[in-house]
Amino acid sequence: MAKQLPDVGSGGAVPPPRRTRIVLAEITRPDSRAERTRTELAQQTQVGEALVRGLVRAQLALALRLSLVVAIGLGGLPWLFAIAPSLGRTTVAGVNLPWLLLGVASFPFLIAVGWAYVRLAERNEQDFTDLVQRPER
Amino acid sequence: MGNDYVVPAIVAVTLVTVGIGFYGLRLARTTSDFLVASRAISPTWNAAAIGGEYLSAASFLGIAGLVLKYGVDVLWYPVGFAAGYLALLLFVAAPLRRSGAFTLPDFCELRLGSRRLRILATAFVIFIGWLYLVPQLQGAGLTLATVAGSPYPVGALLVAAVVTANVALGGMRAITFVQAFQYWLKLTALAVPAIFLALQWQADARPAVTPPDGPTFRTATTVVVEHRATLTLPDGDIREVRPGDELTFAAGDPVPEVSGVANDASDWLLPSAAGDDDRGLFATYSLILATFLGTMGLPHVLVRFYTNPDGAAARRTTLVVLALVGAFYLLPTLYGVLGRIYTPQLLISGQTDAVVVLLPGAALGDGLAGRLLAALVAAGAFAAFLSTSSGLLTSVAGVISTDVLGRGSVRGFRLATVIAGGVPAVLALNVSGLDVSQVVGLAFAVAASSFCPLLVLGIWWRGLTDLGAAAGVLVGGGAAIGAVLVTVLGAPLSGWPATLIAQPAAWTVPLAFIVMVAVSVATRRRAPADVAATMLRLHTPEALRL
Repeated sequence: MAKQLPDVGSGGAVPPPRRTRIVLAEITRPDSRAERTRTELAQQTQVGEALVRGLVRAQLALALRLSLVVAIGLGGLPWLFAIAPSLGRTTVAGVNLPWLLLGVASFPFLIAVGWAYVRLAERNEQDFTDLVQRPER
Repeated sequence: MGNDYVVPAIVAVTLVTVGIGFYGLRLARTTSDFLVASRAISPTWNAAAIGGEYLSAASFLGIAGLVLKYGVDVLWYPVGFAAGYLALLLFVAAPLRRSGAFTLPDFCELRLGSRRLRILATAFVIFIGWLYLVPQLQGAGLTLATVAGSPYPVGALLVAAVVTANVALGGMRAITFVQAFQYWLKLTALAVPAIFLALQWQADARPAVTPPDGPTFRTATTVVVEHRATLTLPDGDIREVRPGDELTFAAGDPVPEVSGVANDASDWLLPSAAGDDDRGLFATYSLILATFLGTMGLPHVLVRFYTNPDGAAARRTTLVVLALVGAFYLLPTLYGVLGRIYTPQLLISGQTDAVVVLLPGAALGDGLAGRLLAALVAAGAFAAFLSTSSGLLTSVAGVISTDVLGRGSVRGFRLATVIAGGVPAVLALNVSGLDVSQVVGLAFAVAASSFCPLLVLGIWWRGLTDLGAAAGVLVGGGAAIGAVLVTVLGAPLSGWPATLIAQPAAWTVPLAFIVMVAVSVATRRRAPADVAATMLRLHTPEALRL
């Protein structure tokens, strides 16, 4: 800490320099293990490489699973209407079923799948981050 | 048409667009402001802007026209246009943002490090962009001709000029505000009249959409034919009509059957069944594939992702876009269905794309409400042309300025904008007979067979090589472009060849994937050495970066 000595000799004409306070920068001791894993990621060691591969695989599996849901849920409709024409003639509240399914119901369905994806993909990333920062777990 | 509110409404939309553009110009101070809006745009604004940019003439006018003409089978267009954002969300959004690529050619160079692939991607961006711009200008010409009686070129040139000037002067930041405003305008312009139309339908004692004796004219109608067609009159006579022919019908007359249109109640109301028409089923699946996978390859969609601060924000933005776009697509179907009751003459004149603009006047009459709502719809249609063309023009001009002119300066971008806007304007003046949605569908097919495999394999598969990517894009995208050229320029086909060419995605998309994977495996040694670093960057959260 620097210490300001009062300057008594120069009289009262010159205002004393303002008192300053010096604070040491806060030292954060990095978690050495987390640091090591981050370095492994950056330097593409085999451990880091395996971690990234795991994340990519998890995200791709999630995306493929949800596309399968859409492929069956929506992609199956033309085929279903083709093999079971009576389905197309069914009416709900005076409207034929294909009009309701395609014109109305498909949009909330797509949004629901998208919402699920955003949640699950963020969870995958959180798991990855936890793994990198606390490798002992 | 004696509606004196339409022209002021269109002028107002245009002035507001230009006005916000100039407001944005004052805010844009640096090159980064100008080109990528300094990445300071919130996800909600960004999502509304993406939605505003995406909902084009095909969405605003085309879908309703197709529903009027063909019925339930074409509902796959709105479903596919919305589902395209889900595919984008699942496979592309976050990694693409993390890659830091601003355009598709940037992505090619980042991932595969090949200059030649970059040039190929640039050529495809320009082709898709122009293919998509032409129907926007065409829709503008058609709308202005329908509602204000101006000659076709006036509307097309007006939109081309306004958009070129606005993009050249305001850049991306202005565009974001303009686009977000235009999303809400488009939604309002379809939603408010839809409420009045539904009430009118109730007040008219709910006329049946598919009456048992076939559709009839509700009022005395004179039809001026715009496209050649063969009519089957109720007494069984067959009559050929040519453009310019005038037909007069009294109120209550049955609507004659028109060639090439779903006339039968069951054709229109029910999906195509197995057995009687396998080609219908093939075309449906092809359309699904093109729209689901094509969205991610459209150049103007991709540019927007760079304005998100990070990968997680890109994902959330995409989800909001999906919701906004899905809400919008509930409406055009309603217009197509009510058009079957109130504007059957469009089936004969061939101008089905005009149904959205004409329906309020036809259903609500010439009273004040009818005229105001017709003006609102026309304003919304103009918002659609202006916003989609702005987005396309920004991205096409972006690649032209960096990859063709080789200058990254604001002045280079302005020059590129003029080039990028001029070419489609000239093309639009020479093709007025094409269906708006058909051309847009082809643009999706080209994008789905070129950039979709490139993005998906580039993001998720380490084995992709530059030669593999180039071969896949050339073979798949080339086949789709060939189909476009045959459709636009070639002789009419029939049977299976016609279906394969009109809806090419079901064979061109798998072809592109197969060629890309096969050639990459064969040239395995050319895989970039830094692929592990690229994967790390694309897929790990930004917070972990060192």
